[in-house]
Amino acid sequence: MTIHQMPADDTKPAYNYAYLDEQTKRMIRRALLKAVAVPGYQVPFGSREMPLARGWGTGGIQITAAIIGPADTLKVIDQGADDTTNAVSIRRFFERTADARTCEATDKATIIQTRHRIPEAPLKPGQVMVYQVPTPEPLRRLEPREAETRKMHAWAEYGLMQVKLYEDIARYGEITKTYDYPVMVNGRYVMAPSPIPKFDNPKMHMSPALQLFGAGREKRIYALPPYTSVRSLDFEDHPFRIQSWAQPCGLCGADDSYLDEVVIDDQGGRMFVCSDSHYCETRRAEGHRGTMLGDAAASGLVEETTP
Amino acid sequence: MYVAVKGGEAAILATHDLVAEARRGDPAVPEITVAQIREQQALACARVMNEGSLYDQDLAALALKQSQGDVIEAAFLMRAYRTTLPRFGSSEPLDTAAMAIRRRVSATYKDLPGGQVLGPTYDYTHRLFDFALMEPQQAPSPLGGEGWGEGMPSDAQGTVAPSLPSSDPASPGHLLPRGEKERAPLDATMPRVPDILGAEGLMEAEEPPEGDPRPFDLTRDPVSFPADRDVRLQSMARGDEGFLLGLGYSVQRGFGGTHPFVGEVRVGEVAVEFVPEELGFAVDLGDVTLTECQMVNQFQGSKEVPPQFTRGYGLVFGHSERKAMSMSLVDRALKARDFGEATNYPAQQDEFVLYHADNVEAAGFVEHLKLPHYVDFQGELELIRRIRRERDERLAQEQNAKEQDNMPEAAE
Repeated sequence: MTIHQMPADDTKPAYNYAYLDEQTKRMIRRALLKAVAVPGYQVPFGSREMPLARGWGTGGIQITAAIIGPADTLKVIDQGADDTTNAVSIRRFFERTADARTCEATDKATIIQTRHRIPEAPLKPGQVMVYQVPTPEPLRRLEPREAETRKMHAWAEYGLMQVKLYEDIARYGEITKTYDYPVMVNGRYVMAPSPIPKFDNPKMHMSPALQLFGAGREKRIYALPPYTSVRSLDFEDHPFRIQSWAQPCGLCGADDSYLDEVVIDDQGGRMFVCSDSHYCETRRAEGHRGTMLGDAAASGLVEETTP
Repeated sequence: MYVAVKGGEAAILATHDLVAEARRGDPAVPEITVAQIREQQALACARVMNEGSLYDQDLAALALKQSQGDVIEAAFLMRAYRTTLPRFGSSEPLDTAAMAIRRRVSATYKDLPGGQVLGPTYDYTHRLFDFALMEPQQAPSPLGGEGWGEGMPSDAQGTVAPSLPSSDPASPGHLLPRGEKERAPLDATMPRVPDILGAEGLMEAEEPPEGDPRPFDLTRDPVSFPADRDVRLQSMARGDEGFLLGLGYSVQRGFGGTHPFVGEVRVGEVAVEFVPEELGFAVDLGDVTLTECQMVNQFQGSKEVPPQFTRGYGLVFGHSERKAMSMSLVDRALKARDFGEATNYPAQQDEFVLYHADNVEAAGFVEHLKLPHYVDFQGELELIRRIRRERDERLAQEQNAKEQDNMPEAAE
């Protein structure tokens, strides 16, 4: 049954607004509504084949495609930065298929699609965070079978996870999960926050923004409605703690942001810079100066901005 | 000195240009056409149609051209296109018993109604290069795949110059004299071997589930486990040939307990019929080429049911025997639960097979590892450095304590 049309020279075959057909968007929105109604619960959905590779953000892209409209402003980040290759690629996708208005400013965006980070600037009511999720099942590394993990969630049977965290402490003196650190949502479901660093976990708690999670390959959607309790799993005598660095950002001097490590020579030279590129730029525009800004500007890593 | 991936926009555009260049290769060599790929690389097209879940030889050929012959990339192109197509309905069930046979072999009977039809197969070729194919040919070479070995005089030095075989001028390019092939027309009816066994009650019957519901569509709905057979068969039909081949092999070699016979492999064309609502009767939409394999496996029985052979089923687009056979091996293995068998081996576990057979998903997730992960890696770096630092401090403290303990003794 071949029904493809080879377009004539003068016609351009058209895709629907934001690529997905309206029936599919409706299916995804229904899954989103269910996900919002049951915070942290993984809703199976009919994930479509996307023109981008599985594992490269197809879950987040489908959610964004299902909720974006002409009035929206979209920000796409990967590793916190707007100019990482995959973020650029996904932003281009929505510029092409949804004629999307895009921006880099966290406070201007109505939808922020992200991989591996939550922006440093606080989110506001009305904003939507869309997370790209590779492995939606927080128990998957402990139990490979989906049939089993669904039962464990149904019974809220999370002893296995507690044992795993305990074993970490027994072996290394602390919980060694540094990203995708499991959280308890609304006191009911253990949820994978996607591979954001545990540094970002506290930002999810009681966030005024709506947070949506899409796993395209695994065909799951889950959500955190605004102002939902999100608690990182821990023990009374081993409380949850986030990463910290001995030095501030080399470019903007921030001592409260998550830092990327940049290798600057083969002599062990390191520079630490904000992973949130927009946060760093905003601070520099405000006149903050890191100790290595001069070197970085000289090498073309950053442009000198005039406040 | 700055090496992180930032400022990707221009770099991404440049990669598109570089891909186009690499795809074209040396401009002095004529560009390959989609029609050439469709006609001369049909087996590759079949694989792309299977794993791309779309029967369209032209698009499969285009996908192969666009992807420089990367089959998984080509399947990916097919699927990303397929998912945008409107659906106007489902065809009537195909009748493979009415297949226009090109090839049909059975390993269970020496002869049977319709006979054994070898058809086009590499099975009995010797895998010797046919160097004549290095040059374009006027007529199809019968030795394509057969090599130069048989029936060809070699020269005194023992080397053989690649050349066209000296054939009967009446049938250029053929090994058999003209008319020989046509002397044995195929029988009109070719009953499927499992049906022959079924008539005797020896074969596990294929019954539709109660109420004959519409089959699951795994491209529209998420799969849950345990998965029913319609889901399993769909998943395998679009699954990776290599993965299924390996799993099928594992079953046969020892990681699974099936000892199958090829009841039948058949390749040929089957009509696709569709009943438009406004007409109310079936309309022929055209033919698709299919390969069907039915394996006959060791029997099962119970108090209620007398012993019967069990079935493994494979059905795929195009001429794809290896895939159809692998699929039918794994299909039987996945029935383990239905027959109350232990499911100790990978090929018997539906979650394992279905989740990992999809090569487009697998390739995406494996290859996503090359995306930037430096935020997560920084978390790991911070942790490992801290654990090591704390360990060093602890060891140093212990060392100090030990030295202090030893001090008075040393003074004595």
